[in-house]
Amino acid sequence: MKSLRNVALTILLFCSSIIAWELIVRVFEVPTFIFPAPSKVAMALWRGFASGLYQKHLYHTLLETVLGFLFGSALGFFLGTAVALNRYIEYFFYPYIVMFQSLPKVALAPLIVVWFGLGLKSQVINAALVAFFPLLVNTMVGLKSADEDRLNLMRSLAASESQIFWMLRLPNALPFVMAGLDVAMIFALIGAIVAEFVGARAGLGMLIQSMNFNMDVSGQFSVLLILSIVGLLLNRCILLIRRRILFWDPSEKERLEQERIAL
Amino acid sequence: MEAIAVNELSKLYSTRDGTVHALQQISFSVSEGEFVAVVGPSGCGKSTLLKVLAGLLPPSKGAARLRGTPITGPRRDIGVVFQSPVLLPWRSVLDNVLLPVDVQRLGRDRHLKVATDLLSLVGLDGFERRYPWELSGGMQQRVAITRALIHDPAILLMDEPFGALDAMTREQMNLELQRIWLERKKTVLFITHSIPEAVFLADRILVLTPRPGRIIDDVQVKIPRPRALEVMNFPEFAPYVHSIRGRFDAKGMIDS
Repeated sequence: MKSLRNVALTILLFCSSIIAWELIVRVFEVPTFIFPAPSKVAMALWRGFASGLYQKHLYHTLLETVLGFLFGSALGFFLGTAVALNRYIEYFFYPYIVMFQSLPKVALAPLIVVWFGLGLKSQVINAALVAFFPLLVNTMVGLKSADEDRLNLMRSLAASESQIFWMLRLPNALPFVMAGLDVAMIFALIGAIVAEFVGARAGLGMLIQSMNFNMDVSGQFSVLLILSIVGLLLNRCILLIRRRILFWDPSEKERLEQERIAL
Repeated sequence: MEAIAVNELSKLYSTRDGTVHALQQISFSVSEGEFVAVVGPSGCGKSTLLKVLAGLLPPSKGAARLRGTPITGPRRDIGVVFQSPVLLPWRSVLDNVLLPVDVQRLGRDRHLKVATDLLSLVGLDGFERRYPWELSGGMQQRVAITRALIHDPAILLMDEPFGALDAMTREQMNLELQRIWLERKKTVLFITHSIPEAVFLADRILVLTPRPGRIIDDVQVKIPRPRALEVMNFPEFAPYVHSIRGRFDAKGMIDS
């Protein structure tokens, strides 16, 4: 009963803010190139999809994001594993990795365009670079966080180091890895969009830029709306995978519990 | 042949404040099939002793043998039960029990039946597919005991296995452990800081004092088995508890 009331309240709040926005823009006669009314944004959205323009660019951005996410997180995962398992790799490479992380990777985008051109490759590389680090750090921390008692248990069974890795360290690291994937997904989207700003032939970021030149603010708003929905959906995908894999993790159950209350 | 033979065993730790004698020249032996409790206040090196016997810590001096062979590291003919159940949350109860089988590649198929039999021995039939978080503390510790028994070890090392349980569950677990022991006839070295628990369970009690950890008494408990919980109210029970506690009081260490 309570959840039904909450859903109703959520819808009511959403509708009333849209109406308020529309009214304020109309009453105060705010020019569309400054702040468009929701009706204008909706029209831009419809036009964009009806002409097939948005689908094309959406596809491009999604492809870059997903590919960048996959490459970046795979690389981060393997490098994180190497650093966690090998003291020498950690000693020699970790300082550089940290230096690289403190660099805003967005600043690399122009260079990457110079090196790899305006095509898909550039944007995928940029997305991968941004997505890579959360996986690296989380994998590293997760693999190193195995509980001393559990390690003693495995050792008392005369387990080999590789058995300890597969049966204890890796499953133990999964909650950390999943949290890293969560962040990496959104980071990949940011990386892709920034790369498109810098230079690309297609994509929603490129679309925003060209609309900006044409003072098409309603169009920009409609693309922003698409981007936030894309971000939300990608995040949901990770959440679903996470729930399947981490059914045993107490913090996962806590999240579920909280969401149930929120609904 | 003795199941456990410890000879002049010492374990030193160096800390910032100097060297700590966790164990000093400890010697004792445990016969095959014997249930021996090691009792002492916290910090007397009981857990260190167990870790040395489990091959998790090397001794500083002296030697320990299990079934005739010196301990050089972890080995497969022992089962260890720790203070906390230490179950892996991503494994079901059955998979947790089968962990030693997986690690030592003993063949899952052959041990499935053993696992279900053992689980029903500890009163957990029907819980195979459950996960650790669905079980109470006492049930989790039973799973841990089952896991320690699955590969049919000759020796069971138990480090205060019921220390974290409430008093009622603890008594229940004591009864069950006795039952399992009577049925399986393993050699058990049981570490505890509860004197009544030691008297109730053991054939023999080694009394350990802290800093330096050494054995100051070796008590035979001559109460017939199987022992019911009422044994604790029998006239022969109290003198054991009294005399062991007396050893600690004399040294100014009171620990119930």
